[in-house]
Amino acid sequence: MRFIFKTDYGQDIRLAKHGGHLFWYGALMLVLLAAPWLVQEYWLAQLTFVLIYAIAGLGLMLLAGFTGLFSLGHAAFLGVGAYTQAVLTNMGLPFPLALACAAGLSAAVGLVVGLPALRVKGIYLGIATLSFGFIVEEVLARWESVTGGNAGIHIKKPDMFGWTLDSAEAFYFLCLLITVLATLGILNLLRSPTGRAFVAIRDSEISAQSMGIHLAYYKTLSFALSAALAGIAGALYAHQLQFISPDQFNILQSIDLLLMIVIGGVGSVHGAFLGAIFLITMPQAIAMVKDYLPPTVGQAPGLQGLVYGVVLVAFVLFEPLGLYGRWLKVRTYLQMFPFYRKGMFKRQKSFQKSERLK
Amino acid sequence: MQLLQLVISGIAQGCIYGLIALGFVLIYKATETVSFAQGELMMLGAFGGLAGMTLFGFPYWLSVLCAIAAMALFGVVLERVVIRPILGQPAFSIVMLTIGIGYVARGLITMIPNIGTETHMLPVPYKDEIWHLAGLVLNVEQMVVIGATAVLCVLLYTLFRYSKLGIAMQAASQNQLAAYYMGIPVKRLNGIAWGLAAAVAAIAGLLLAPITFVHANMGFIGLKAFPAAVVGGFGSLPGAIVGGLIIGIVESLSGFYLPDGFKDTAAYIVVLIMLVVKPNGLFGEKLSKKV
Repeated sequence: MRFIFKTDYGQDIRLAKHGGHLFWYGALMLVLLAAPWLVQEYWLAQLTFVLIYAIAGLGLMLLAGFTGLFSLGHAAFLGVGAYTQAVLTNMGLPFPLALACAAGLSAAVGLVVGLPALRVKGIYLGIATLSFGFIVEEVLARWESVTGGNAGIHIKKPDMFGWTLDSAEAFYFLCLLITVLATLGILNLLRSPTGRAFVAIRDSEISAQSMGIHLAYYKTLSFALSAALAGIAGALYAHQLQFISPDQFNILQSIDLLLMIVIGGVGSVHGAFLGAIFLITMPQAIAMVKDYLPPTVGQAPGLQGLVYGVVLVAFVLFEPLGLYGRWLKVRTYLQMFPFYRKGMFKRQKSFQKSERLK
Repeated sequence: MQLLQLVISGIAQGCIYGLIALGFVLIYKATETVSFAQGELMMLGAFGGLAGMTLFGFPYWLSVLCAIAAMALFGVVLERVVIRPILGQPAFSIVMLTIGIGYVARGLITMIPNIGTETHMLPVPYKDEIWHLAGLVLNVEQMVVIGATAVLCVLLYTLFRYSKLGIAMQAASQNQLAAYYMGIPVKRLNGIAWGLAAAVAAIAGLLLAPITFVHANMGFIGLKAFPAAVVGGFGSLPGAIVGGLIIGIVESLSGFYLPDGFKDTAAYIVVLIMLVVKPNGLFGEKLSKKV
């Protein structure tokens, strides 16, 4: 077990707490940089998807995991970003400008959706975002002059001032760069007063308010930032698939995003990445074992939904901290080897908090 | 006349929303959790009725009763096995849990070979009958929905107003701890609330089945019952039915008078307006917390 001797206040908020962090994250970075030469094209595409979903997951994690507001319509922001990117790129705007517009427009939409969040919370907010998600999906399907309706829309390759990113490798590096920037941005945000305010709101609105945190401002800010990240992810998603249609941004996609952060681990930045890996590898894993199952089970169309459901129920019941929580437990067990006690991570029993009283 | 016709079909659709919303509200009042699996419970109820009629060859009434009883039992078991261990956790966990249950239910139904993936017709005795009444063309299926909802409302009202069980449930929903001190078995009541909600969902499924058909994805209609519950006020039983009726009528009218696309989103537009104007709904209670 490593004990850090702190001699400086700066050490408390340092991103890399000790040399081990630097070494392992550096190694991960090297592997990711070398990935195009290590894996086949198919797996590189899957890796790109992991990065894209991780960006969206970071956004949702900021909102649900760190501010405690949960959104059941996050795919709508993804859709707004994707369609903005598609329309602007097809109009000939260079990639960085289009991406900025996609993020900006999503953030603006997030601001609008955040407004009911000031008055309602908990399940009401969930229903407000759910409703909003349905409305956006319908708008995307009906506004045919811009979005192409249910037939969908094709999108050109990303183009940066005359330099077209037409290979899968180049696009992968672009996604990697944006993911790293987004992750560092979120980590930096979380150690700043703003991030601390978000966490305070999550833990108790009343105490946050009495400490002088302006609830309306921070909640709206959280919605806007989260939506902006989802918009960026949507823009990259559109480029990766090169074809988007409204049904890619429906309620099931929203639930997938939520499932991702719950399985990854709510309230941890790692969780967004672990969840994204889960979400992308799960269909592959199911496709692989499908052939070994009896045909009535293996060929059933509902198999994937069933597996997702069972995994989700199992995580909520047995591992509420998600994959990241499981990893923390394993690490603690190894670090303290013979001294690990069973109750170390025991879930705290709490009285039922009434939402009706507010 | 056309308006009246539209309103009647809206009421019939609204009754279905109202019944599903009733399930949400029952569970919400009893356990302060929101079940996103209500639509799937409805789907299971409809499949239960279908199994009773086609697989076992029961007569209509018997299979309806069997389906409702089976779903009530299923609800109780579900509460005991999955929901009770995580009571008291944040609402978010329970929402995710019930979404998971919904996925599992839908997945399991599609696993049944040759039945789960097909669309079925529930062979009810009143199928495709039409009444003509003073120029109105009344679909008997819709009339049955309205009638059954009305009867169910009276039954539930009697239960909550006069029976010991209902009064105990009201007490538990107002203050669990105080109810527990008064000797009310709150945990058992939570189980009964889930059972009741599942039974109501099964009734909704059996009523809806002749109108739409029985298939694995019919549970998605449950998503439209959320607006109904919110419009009526999430903690209010009559509110759920009224909210359902409002959503149903608005949907039916906007489908006819407004351009395409409004029919599917009308419910959500109404609920967003409602949340901005009056977040507690029409019949919602407004209490404030003492710090």
